[in-house]
Amino acid sequence: MSDEDAGKALQKRLLGEYYQSLGDAGRSGQKVAYLFVPGNVVELLRCFDMLPVYPEINALQCGIKKMAGDLILRAENIGYSSDVCGYVKNDIGLMLSDRQSPFGPLPKPDLLVCNYSGCNTFVKWFEALAHFYGAELFVLDIPYLRERGPSTADIEYVVAQLEELADVCARTSGVPFDRERLKRVTSLSYAAEKLWVDVLHAARSRPSPFDAYFEAVFYMAPLNILRGTEGCVEYYRLLLEELVSRQKEGRGPVPEEKFRVVVEGPPPWPHFRSFWELFKRWGVCAVASTYSKVGGLFDQGVFHDPAQPMESIARYAMNSYTNWNLGLRLDLLRQYLREYEADALIIHSVKSCRSFSVGQADFRDVLAKEEGVPTLMVESDLADPRYYSEAQLKNRIDAFFESLAHRRLVGG
Amino acid sequence: MRAWKEEHPSRRAVGAFPVYVPTELIQAAGALPIWLYGGGGSVEISHADSRIQSFVCSISRSTLELGLRGHLDVLDGLVFPSICDVARNLSGVWARNFPRMFVEFLHLPQNRRSPSAVPYTIAEYRRLLAGLERLCGKPVAPEDLRAAIHAHNENREAAWALLDARRRTPWATDAWETYAFLRAGAVLERETHTSLLRQALAAARERGRRPKDKVPVILLGAFCEQPPLDLIRAVEEAGCYILEDDLLLGSRWFRTSIPDGADPLRALAEAYVASSPPSSVSHYRGTPKQDLLPQRCRQLGASGVVFLTAKFCEPALYDQVLYKERLESAQIPYVHIEFEEKMSAVDTVRTQIETFVESVLFE
Ligand code: SF4
Repeated sequence: MSDEDAGKALQKRLLGEYYQSLGDAGRSGQKVAYLFVPGNVVELLRCFDMLPVYPEINALQCGIKKMAGDLILRAENIGYSSDVCGYVKNDIGLMLSDRQSPFGPLPKPDLLVCNYSGCNTFVKWFEALAHFYGAELFVLDIPYLRERGPSTADIEYVVAQLEELADVCARTSGVPFDRERLKRVTSLSYAAEKLWVDVLHAARSRPSPFDAYFEAVFYMAPLNILRGTEGCVEYYRLLLEELVSRQKEGRGPVPEEKFRVVVEGPPPWPHFRSFWELFKRWGVCAVASTYSKVGGLFDQGVFHDPAQPMESIARYAMNSYTNWNLGLRLDLLRQYLREYEADALIIHSVKSCRSFSVGQADFRDVLAKEEGVPTLMVESDLADPRYYSEAQLKNRIDAFFESLAHRRLVGG
Repeated sequence: MRAWKEEHPSRRAVGAFPVYVPTELIQAAGALPIWLYGGGGSVEISHADSRIQSFVCSISRSTLELGLRGHLDVLDGLVFPSICDVARNLSGVWARNFPRMFVEFLHLPQNRRSPSAVPYTIAEYRRLLAGLERLCGKPVAPEDLRAAIHAHNENREAAWALLDARRRTPWATDAWETYAFLRAGAVLERETHTSLLRQALAAARERGRRPKDKVPVILLGAFCEQPPLDLIRAVEEAGCYILEDDLLLGSRWFRTSIPDGADPLRALAEAYVASSPPSSVSHYRGTPKQDLLPQRCRQLGASGVVFLTAKFCEPALYDQVLYKERLESAQIPYVHIEFEEKMSAVDTVRTQIETFVESVLFE
């Protein structure tokens, strides 16, 4: 088996086992906690043998499997507005359909851990689930990064809440809190995070051995779902090996890398493949993306730390991409454009996620008008297939790369 | 506003975006707090379009438009509280577009059950206060803060007296009138506004209006962006008595006085954590607000609920579904209307409310 196949096979097996455990939760009696990807505290939950379920990931899977449209309509039928987040409606739709996901049945929550990091809708989302399921809800308040870094008061606040959450988990699961175990779990997270950063940095080479947007969103799945396990570390070890060998052979995601871009914003899951094709045909390779940082800005030096597990969880939680203020986000885009020697910035603005999208037009303004970075901003949605207009997107994308190609030709 | 600035050339004016900001801190620093409630339909969105998408609420777009057109130049600072993603990101857009202004994002605690929420809030208020001290060029002494709390207590008390009177005798004062009196406070010194509210209450008492056959309702959903005045009037003219509402909620956030004793900053923080009203923008501390609503309707003798939610306002739109569910199981009628600052279809709304009123009357 080649490295490539080995990595893929392992991911398939690990995720398969994960979904199997979700299907078995009713029988195994394992307690189920729902939580969000950004700033999640899965390390803590693992210490109580709780099964993590990520409604955002379920929603994106439904998007890819073309189930989202129907589920969203089901939620709209019970009163959800057409103007609110499609992920939430997808999840409510799943609830109304007995939680039959593309990967089999999902368990009901025993505990809702609302790690409120970077998105206010998270609170409204889990308030709704608490309402419908009658499950206990713990809102873990993660202060927005309104200055350059977290203050001592911020960290103390989050750590105090983590201790309270640990009590809730112990009560729910019947498993006592073992701090040594937390150290072991965080050290496994750290090992995987380090390897992931090496993966991301591989995109610095020319050509990049992988697409840091369209492929990275799949590569990051184990980090979001399986962080804190041995299998997760092993997966990134294999992935890195594979990318290094691709690098040596000069292989990348497109036959010839013509344009290197940085991408801001989540992908349109229900039309993922066709959206990617619109770029591939121009020989475009994403070399960095912000969406791959929603689960953590490890490449900015934020890691879990077994020497200070609780503090590092707090720091990690404050440093998810959408929890950064817009000034920091803009600086990060500038950094990526430089560090990865990108030719342009692509902004995919999605209606569902205001946390991501409000402010992007201002980024475009600064970068394109004041700093001369070729920038393309297109709109659709991450969940709702109704907002994707292929013809319009194709026109915009073609016109943009045509003019970039032309500029290059005339040496502009 | 400009006149005030000319009269007080050395004083600063600091804006507060809804829903709740501890404006006591602004006053204690020596500045005039100004509540911003958007453009109210009077401003054409053009400049803001290039910086903020069209799928967000009017208040965010029109506030930015006012700023970009220079209409808010009188402000030396602007505080955005953590109410939603749109307002949060707007604070970032604001900071970049108005680099000379003092722009602060205040992260209010969402986990108000945690014992650590109070120390956290104190630290957050201190941070804001430090910024205000730098802006106003003087340190804030505890007596400054006590005086500001006192003025705010009196102001809230006067506001509640007016609202309570309306609840008890809704025929004596219209909701749009109390709204206008409260709204006037957005640009006034607390003390001036307090005496205005007291006069309004006295005048209402002398009016001697008689009760009419109207449907008593609770109005909910407009806690941030404010509906056009015509819309509030339309609800009343179509046959409703509005017993209670959440309009201008932040300006009268607390029902009881905040103690202005030995540690005023702590008292302010504790009040937020323990005594905030139910609101879509802060996570509940006790019973979820949708569970409280049927109870509240019964307590007040309200026959129904009118939801007025700002178009694109996610916090309101999510809550609306849960409210609706609870009202349906309690068999309490409701009507839901989405509004925008610029709203031409007031007549359609009037018809909708009339139909609702008829259905309640003939039940
Ligand atoms: S109206 Fe709603 S969405 Fe708009 S700023 Fe206010 S709370 Fe946020």
